[in-house]
Amino acid sequence: MSSVAQILKTMEYGPAPESDSAAQAWLDKHGRSFGLFINGEWTKGGGKPFDSISPSSGKKLATLAEATPADVDAAVKAARAAQGTWAKKGGQGRARYLYALARLVQKHARLFAVLETLDNGKAIRETRDIDVPLVARHFYHHAGWAQLLDTEFPDHVPVGVAGQVIPWNFPLLMLAWKIAPALAAGNTVVLKPAEDTSLTALLFAEICQEAKLPKGVVNIVTGAGETGRAIVEHDGIDKIAFTGSTDVGRAIRLATAGTGKKLTLELGGKSPFVVFEDADLDAAVEGAVDAIWFNQGQVCCAGSRLLVQESVSDRFIAKLKARMENLRVGDPLDKVTDIGAIVSPAQRQQIADKVAQGVADGAVLHQPQSYSNGAACPEGCFYPPTLLTNVEPASVLAQEEIFGPVMVAMTFRTPAEAIALSNNTCYGLAASVWSEDINVALDLAPKIKAGVVWVNCTNQFDASAGFGGYRESGFGREGGREGMFEYLKPKAPKAAPAAAVAASAVEPQLSESDAIDRTAKLFVGGKQARPDGGYSRAILSPSGELVGQVGEGNRKDIRIAVEAAQKAESWSATTGHARAQILYYCAENLSARSGEFAARLRAMTGASKAAAAKEVDASIRRLFTYAAWADKYDGAVHNPPLRGVVLAMNEPMGVIGIAAPDEAPLLAFTSLWAPAVAMGNRVVVVPSERHALAATDFYQVLETSDMPAGVINIVTGGREELSKTLSEHRGVEAMWYFGPNGKTVEAAAADDLKRTWIGEPRDWLDGSSEGREFLRRATQVKNVWIPYGA
Amino acid sequence: MSNVQHLNPREISSGSADPADGRNPITAFDADVIESVRVNRSAAERRTATLPGRRTVKKQWQAAWLVRAIQCIDLTTLAGDDTPGRVRRLCAKARHPVRQETLEAMGIGDIGLTTGAVCVYHAMVETAVDALRGTNIPVAAVSTGFPAGLSPLNLRLKEIEASVAAGAMEIDIVIDRSHALTGNWRAVYDEMKAFREACGPAHVKAIIGAGDLGTLTNVGKAAMVCMMAGADFIKTSTGKEATNATLPNSLVMTRVIRQWHEMTGQKVGFKPAGGIATAKDAMNYEFIMKEELGDEWLQPHLFRLGASSLLTDIERQLDHFVTGRYSSNHRHPMA
Repeated sequence: MSSVAQILKTMEYGPAPESDSAAQAWLDKHGRSFGLFINGEWTKGGGKPFDSISPSSGKKLATLAEATPADVDAAVKAARAAQGTWAKKGGQGRARYLYALARLVQKHARLFAVLETLDNGKAIRETRDIDVPLVARHFYHHAGWAQLLDTEFPDHVPVGVAGQVIPWNFPLLMLAWKIAPALAAGNTVVLKPAEDTSLTALLFAEICQEAKLPKGVVNIVTGAGETGRAIVEHDGIDKIAFTGSTDVGRAIRLATAGTGKKLTLELGGKSPFVVFEDADLDAAVEGAVDAIWFNQGQVCCAGSRLLVQESVSDRFIAKLKARMENLRVGDPLDKVTDIGAIVSPAQRQQIADKVAQGVADGAVLHQPQSYSNGAACPEGCFYPPTLLTNVEPASVLAQEEIFGPVMVAMTFRTPAEAIALSNNTCYGLAASVWSEDINVALDLAPKIKAGVVWVNCTNQFDASAGFGGYRESGFGREGGREGMFEYLKPKAPKAAPAAAVAASAVEPQLSESDAIDRTAKLFVGGKQARPDGGYSRAILSPSGELVGQVGEGNRKDIRIAVEAAQKAESWSATTGHARAQILYYCAENLSARSGEFAARLRAMTGASKAAAAKEVDASIRRLFTYAAWADKYDGAVHNPPLRGVVLAMNEPMGVIGIAAPDEAPLLAFTSLWAPAVAMGNRVVVVPSERHALAATDFYQVLETSDMPAGVINIVTGGREELSKTLSEHRGVEAMWYFGPNGKTVEAAAADDLKRTWIGEPRDWLDGSSEGREFLRRATQVKNVWIPYGA
Repeated sequence: MSNVQHLNPREISSGSADPADGRNPITAFDADVIESVRVNRSAAERRTATLPGRRTVKKQWQAAWLVRAIQCIDLTTLAGDDTPGRVRRLCAKARHPVRQETLEAMGIGDIGLTTGAVCVYHAMVETAVDALRGTNIPVAAVSTGFPAGLSPLNLRLKEIEASVAAGAMEIDIVIDRSHALTGNWRAVYDEMKAFREACGPAHVKAIIGAGDLGTLTNVGKAAMVCMMAGADFIKTSTGKEATNATLPNSLVMTRVIRQWHEMTGQKVGFKPAGGIATAKDAMNYEFIMKEELGDEWLQPHLFRLGASSLLTDIERQLDHFVTGRYSSNHRHPMA
């Protein structure tokens, strides 16, 4: 034992262990064996029990039950039975329970923190100061949303039963992110914690009992992948919320394709950490510590790609290496530990393998030479803080998620190059930008493709600000107003009147294209273009007479159209005011030719004169609506507890593929592209297959309305085939599909985790067929955190 | 922090100091280095807000860290009602900051524990020197028109000379904050350089008056310019500003010291002062020193805590460590 005199020589910190006796006593109280929490009761579970191991000690903590499909079914039935009553409690009724849960989390805060540290291996400093306070905050915040639900989300209803599958890196926090908004919105849940880290979820189940939460509102089922699969595939679940790896997310997208289940996915990342030469470099070094050595780097939004301006690169790396020497790796229950245990030996091995592979590929490895506690990285499930230099964007290490305390460093020269490198990834979860120049920082924030951008900070979270990804980092948001929408749905839109779906009895015929007839071409890149295949499609009247012909687009036409849409990128940066002007101009030019459009509708659909005129008029009004919205769909300023602002910016998706329905061929077509384009997207539209002339006639309206080339591209032809090609296209960010084969679209979109909207038939004339729901679909929320201080 | 690195040791001018004495010498004024100081306030506050949660010391480690804090205290009295009697009492406390029985219980009865220095006004220097005779405890004098630093420059220089002549081994000068607030870093430099030269062999601590400077960036710049002009220590505050030592301004100053060390190889000391009243406060400053600058900066030659009531709180904690009972102020000899 060191004496005071000895310590005065070394000035070491010494051990500062947090006692785990209360957590051990809690485990003992349960006989170190846990069941499933279904319908407010503990049941045994039909599967093979499995061990919960503490990664830091390798010791078994408890035996957990494995939920079988039958157990999951029981949980779903309990959730279903409880949901109606739970929803009927109303926002205020539910707010009281959420508030009670928040209070109980605080009441048991230290037990939660210690149990989490035992189970997961993360440092007690983090569970105590970060995870658990954020959990309590999440329940408080969502107690508020429950209270305000009726006034703030009118015309919305709960989705129903939510199946929630969460990861092992923030076990309790991810539970809170899933359960709090679901319950606030009036849903009931079946939640599966990760098999490595289930204990705090089971403790949470106990506080649900303590809060007298009605039975069946929260069900916790433990188990591994098979249990998760049973949830994902269960017919009685209305929504799946998943946080975890991109591969599993993709599998879930495939499994749920066509089932009508609402889906949110929060997946992997390779987030850039961008340091400019004018940054406070010491602050950025500390930011890097919080970015990649927080939670052992097992953070989906970890700033794992260091991009540092070449002019300060050597100095920054030197500072970072010096800082690494002070990080303390070891017993996660020690209050002076910075980096605890990796969650499992398997995970540790994966990290080691990836680093070894990177080093074999030429990366230069930097790990601390010594640790401030005098000891090397301990044996066991620990991995030292690691920095890899001599890594290029082409290196595997720069592209693949490592999910460990490993940062790879690259350099950039200019802001433009920083943006390009930041976006040179399939992911888009988060980014961190360090610069003392407000112009540089605020210019980059919107240009980096990521759901969260932290300016001069990193890994900041709060219940009031949405969190979620772009691209293959998944879709949907957790937290804030935007997160509430993930657990709500609009009250059923007014159904389509039967007469509006004027299906032709006669199948359209393909015919050889005639060089001199009036066959409509495709509209691509602002020009009318012949279809690649050289075929055309006959458009018939209800009685089978030829009304006209349109080009038969194919795969290649889609490719060319998407290229044109991608090239029209400047539209996304155009001001809302300018976009409004063009939409107004479209409305004006459509109005000038309304008679002609009405006649065409009548010829194709057999609609009455009045009905056709009404559809044209509604289309003009819809253009006015979205011209009006173009400069008004504002973001928000969130108010998390910090000195600063969080800007929730509504950003366009990018390129949206749209397959329009046959009903209301002009109005539905207009109702879909107009909100997308108003929000700054570029679109490739496959118009009504049967009544495509309504869209091809529109070419001239577009041409005379100064619509920039490539903003709207129209490819006529077979909707199903073209939709599949669009859904598969990796350059298309979102796919809106109104037709019968939603499953094909959703399955095709799984590859790059494209956002999809499978639309139901609806009354396009009704006011519910325009407005915020459409604008929300056309945008994704980016939260930009800007702490400030003179 | 500073993003420009112009200086290297070869450029260092001779200044007045003997290069062999290991002191930070006077170097040439370099506006670029000063202007390149960058401090992000929110990030600095985040670092200091989380540091006490990241680092802690318990049991004998805590006792040792508190003993070290005592060794670094500039035990201070800077009041209008100071008298020779009061100063002698302070000096006695500096010689015996903790009851001997407590030290012996900790096994350090023989280390000759004293505070780092005694800090007084010029008028009390001779009394203090006299009272501390036979010890290695230096007397520090606050000087140069303390605390505002606005008396005529020639008088400020005379004051230094008088304090050094009276036996002060350390001189705590104050910069003229008006120069800092108007961005006249050259003037700050020139005055600081003159102070350093006037100090001769006495070590000079530059008080930047952090609480008067408005921004952490100014804190960083002022600290940088003082080091450039030969300060041996940089010090946060006089104790008389509306805000004195804080963890954020200390973080900024320690980082500038680190930067200076990287640039020149010179080691400049740091002294937070004002408002440091509890053992917990003192340990937080020690954590900053260890984390940002390293173990060497936990020694009295590079770290001082300007404080008066702090010592009693530390004594109470040490008493508790030894006896297991919470202590009371009246058990500890007053300063």
